[in-house]
Amino acid sequence: MTLPFEVWFFFEVVLNGLFTGTMYSLVALGFVLIFKASGVFNFAQGIMVLFAALNFVGFIEMGLHPLLAGAITVAIMIALAYAVEGLVLRHLVNQAPIILFMSTIGIAFFLEGFGEFIWGGDVHALDVGIPNGAWFVGDMMIQQFDVSQAIIAAVLVAALAAFFTYTRIGRALRAVADDHQAALSVGIPLNQIWVIVWAVAGIVALVAGIIWGARLGVQFSLSIIALKALPVLILGGFTSVPGAIIGGLIIGTGEKLAEIYGAPAFEELVKATTGVDSISFGGVEEWFAYVLAMIFLFFRPQGLFGDRIIERV
Amino acid sequence: MFYREAGIFKTSYAADQALFRIPIDKLFVIGLIAFAFIVIPMIGNEYWLGSILIPTLILSIAALGLNILTGYCGQLSLGTGAFMAAGAFMAYKFATNLEGMPIILVILLGGLSAAAIGVAFGLPSLRIKGFYLAVTTLAAQFFLLWLFQKVPWFVNYSMSGVPTAPPREAFGFLVTGAEASPTARYIFVLGFTVVLGLLASNLVRGRIGRMWMAIRDMDIAAELIGIKPLQTKLSAFAVSSFYCGVAGALWSFCYINTVEASAFDINRSFTVLFMVIIGGLGSILGAFLGAFFIFLLPIFLNSAPGWFGLSIASETIAHVEFMTFGALIVFFLIVEPAGLARLWGITKEKLRLWPFPY
Repeated sequence: MTLPFEVWFFFEVVLNGLFTGTMYSLVALGFVLIFKASGVFNFAQGIMVLFAALNFVGFIEMGLHPLLAGAITVAIMIALAYAVEGLVLRHLVNQAPIILFMSTIGIAFFLEGFGEFIWGGDVHALDVGIPNGAWFVGDMMIQQFDVSQAIIAAVLVAALAAFFTYTRIGRALRAVADDHQAALSVGIPLNQIWVIVWAVAGIVALVAGIIWGARLGVQFSLSIIALKALPVLILGGFTSVPGAIIGGLIIGTGEKLAEIYGAPAFEELVKATTGVDSISFGGVEEWFAYVLAMIFLFFRPQGLFGDRIIERV
Repeated sequence: MFYREAGIFKTSYAADQALFRIPIDKLFVIGLIAFAFIVIPMIGNEYWLGSILIPTLILSIAALGLNILTGYCGQLSLGTGAFMAAGAFMAYKFATNLEGMPIILVILLGGLSAAAIGVAFGLPSLRIKGFYLAVTTLAAQFFLLWLFQKVPWFVNYSMSGVPTAPPREAFGFLVTGAEASPTARYIFVLGFTVVLGLLASNLVRGRIGRMWMAIRDMDIAAELIGIKPLQTKLSAFAVSSFYCGVAGALWSFCYINTVEASAFDINRSFTVLFMVIIGGLGSILGAFLGAFFIFLLPIFLNSAPGWFGLSIASETIAHVEFMTFGALIVFFLIVEPAGLARLWGITKEKLRLWPFPY
């Protein structure tokens, strides 16, 4: 094809952004699951990603087969769900949302310390055999890694969707998400449902942790990247699974475009108008997602797909 | 027996609405302030004054600020660190570009600049509520810190990007910068803390404080009885950011002695939020109790093994510290969600009946 290089480069940037976006979506998914079922804004989701990945990589380094390591980690995440429900949430029923939110920050601190206490604070390399070559379409480079990651994310979302739609537990989960009291009155055990959503969120965290760990190494900064899931969430709406995915894609693409095209253009502008020549606006990625979400919420306070907020006196 | 209201008669409305309605409360607070101003500088050594009391007092100011916004006006904010940074950087600009300006004025101007920025980032609160708002305050946190790091104007084009706090005098004593004695810096910070603490406790029991609380309890109902949400919410953001800005300026000028953005990262915001929650939402006393508890706890955890003759690798201690910290927060929330201030309230109730409880 005869497109100029700049166009190909633009496509590559957009595609890169979309792939980054799927990663944000994976973390945001975990948030949405827990928020829908229990109304808890789970700040610990980012740390759960790190904690799951630390366990996984730790077992592999002990010489276990990745599948076995994965199975043990899943068991640990389920045990964690039971512990969170039994030790924390059960005692905080009927407290204000901010108190529940604070308690998840407490859980986050605990897990961070606990994970590093057991497995050490070093960066762990993780290789799970995801192909690492690149394809070329025209002048555009596509990392095979990115593609496999997007496929894994898509499979996970499809599996979750099927789980929610076709299984008995899934129906119960949707009922709880719709209306806590109505669900209770038809005999759905709330505590059990909470354990299940925390366990599912833990497994989602494990998948996200494996993919991110394979890309960046398993280290503490994973939990900081996971904070980016928050603007993704509010962009998509707290209660919407499709919102989490589309929000992730928008934010991933937006921040890559801002970093590659926006920042240099702005630098030029500042240099031309003020005459200062040693200025750099790199690192726009750090805050772009939050500011985009903030501006967006001005116009749609409940996010793209969130439930309409109706207030009554 | 010793602490009771019986027998205290008020003969005027002013006495009935005084800040301290019971003489023993007033005596206690005055005694505490006098102790802090006179006795502590005499008995405290450099470590206690410089590394423990100064930062704790400064963080108390920040916790007061966040408590006004979150505890009294009900707007959850995760951007405290950014507003502190705004105060620190603007105070630095005022101090270096306007030679001879009194340092107290410099710090207050830093606070006022932070207030202006806080109002700008408070604007979304008119449309956005709850956790949505909390995430938008993260925008302030990340954007402002990025701005202070990337725009060299804020640090006067200094080569290292981390300028030192300029030495300045107040009342003939050197109070800022690395050369100032810890005692002088301590007295300076304590002065700010006492004045701002008294100001806050008067603000929240006055007209504006009642407006904040009405908005917190139910904003629609508050609007219906004639409280304007725009002015009320923005005033809470302004006052809160002013407190945070003053705290940030003091942190840079009197504690770490450098003006750098990394001192005000997201962890700072969370620390202050912990102080407010553990101390007690919507309580002035709670802000102080929380600041002391949260700041002293890691120091205690660090040195506790040493007292029992145990030697543990410092890395392990750091991890255990995180675990204990997290577990304690959860524990406190379960046992007393209203915080340390509520525990103090319960103690006072008990004292009232002591030694003859029924």
